[in-house]
Amino acid sequence: MNSMSLEDKLALNKYDIDEELHISVNEDICRTCRNRVCLHICPAECFKLLGEKITYSYEGCLECGSCRLACSKGAINWTYPRGGFGIAYQYG
Amino acid sequence: MEPTKFDAVVAGAGPAGCAAAYALAKAGLEVLVIERGKFPGAKNMFGGMLCGSVLAQLIPNFWEEAPLERYITRHVITFLSREDSFSIDFQSPSFGKPPYNGYSVLRAKFDKWLAGKVEEAGAIIVPGLLVEDLLWDGNQVVGVKAGGEDFPASVVIAADGVNSLLAQKAGLAEELSTEYVSLGVKELIQLPSEIIQERFNLEDDEGVTQLFDGFCTRGMHGGGFLYTNKESLSLGIVIQLSALRRMGVKPADLLEEFKSHPGVRNLIKGGTVEEYSAHLVPNAGINKVPMLYKDGFLVVGDAAGLVLTTGITLDGASFAFASGMAAAETVKLAKQNGDPSRKTLCNYEKLLKESFVLRDLETFKHSQFFLDNPRLYTTYPELICNLSRGLFTNDGKPRKRLWQLARTEMGRQKLSILHVAVDGFLGRRAI
Repeated sequence: MNSMSLEDKLALNKYDIDEELHISVNEDICRTCRNRVCLHICPAECFKLLGEKITYSYEGCLECGSCRLACSKGAINWTYPRGGFGIAYQYG
Repeated sequence: MEPTKFDAVVAGAGPAGCAAAYALAKAGLEVLVIERGKFPGAKNMFGGMLCGSVLAQLIPNFWEEAPLERYITRHVITFLSREDSFSIDFQSPSFGKPPYNGYSVLRAKFDKWLAGKVEEAGAIIVPGLLVEDLLWDGNQVVGVKAGGEDFPASVVIAADGVNSLLAQKAGLAEELSTEYVSLGVKELIQLPSEIIQERFNLEDDEGVTQLFDGFCTRGMHGGGFLYTNKESLSLGIVIQLSALRRMGVKPADLLEEFKSHPGVRNLIKGGTVEEYSAHLVPNAGINKVPMLYKDGFLVVGDAAGLVLTTGITLDGASFAFASGMAAAETVKLAKQNGDPSRKTLCNYEKLLKESFVLRDLETFKHSQFFLDNPRLYTTYPELICNLSRGLFTNDGKPRKRLWQLARTEMGRQKLSILHVAVDGFLGRRAI
């Protein structure tokens, strides 16, 4: 089986994307953070480094909650999306 | 008009919440289940195997109607080094007779079916609604707030899963620490059923579980897994979150690496990926089970960290069913006594202590400490693979006895007899 990009994998999943964000970061804390665990811990790679700035997307979030626990600075505000929105596994 | 007061409001329509709601509805109590997923099961994922014995107490002969994939008759444990693999393979046709020993299951389908049974039993299920907060009367929980509305209840059952925001709001659980949870990532890989049966040496509906230890986690606490479904494989890895955090490895990359291992890639050959999922699993066992009740409030299943991880067994579903059923018994008692305070709800903990739930977690209380040993994920799997390679190598050089090979390999792995003795002692105590 050929290796597959994460974008292609996430594109297979079914989502009902909310307009309301369920992830946000505290940019003041992120600016001073050197570990930047969020950049690798997220299985959907929702966090990216753009220049010196941490950017994030919420659309591909698999709602595992790893980012919230792994960020020791408490800079990530992750919560569940509103009811009915977000990932909808077809197999699970 | 006053909103209806339910005997119980259950947050979450997973196995624990459904088991509680089903038992309560069957007993004629007024139950409301609130589920944040678009449908029950939409947010749920696990490795793959469900042990049915506990569910059968609630729904006898459930296997005749539930959407099960395959009944598991074969268990394989595989040790991986960089290229090689060594497997232990157990197969028993007796596991393939009713009531069956375990089934592979796809949660989006199974949980939806289970929730349907709960509705049939008379409970109300509202999907697509998130429980945002608890309602309080002094120190007593008296309902939930969801979608901006109040839902009063005698007892609230928190079945809201591993990230239990409700148990935290109730002041029972602390924030989870990364050492006490693992992250599972999984792919659902479609394959025709005939190929699965041929490839894994299975008859019609028989299935296999395969657990992998070693190179697939790059030495981190965790492992790989493969479960056969009817027409697909569930393939993934589970890794302790704190180890993943320290190592700086991306879970998606690890999964790709696992899929390309020579011991794995031929098992999934020709398959098509259909879904990519991730979920946290509590792994602290008895050491981090929170206070399980307070006035008007009970915590069940993953929300209470009720998962058994021994390295060989990884079972949350049975614990979810059993804790849900114990919660239902307790709510029935509260209704009888007209007292949903701690005085009655403490019965829940008593029931769990009497059942396998807290007894199993107590029996395996040393597992986590044992499983934190990095030698389990590097030294030993490599040793087993290299030793086998030595045993089977024909290179025209004088052969060595097994013990000589073992001593050489232990030297190479810098493994002393003392290490083995200590690990053996800890292992004896832990698994």
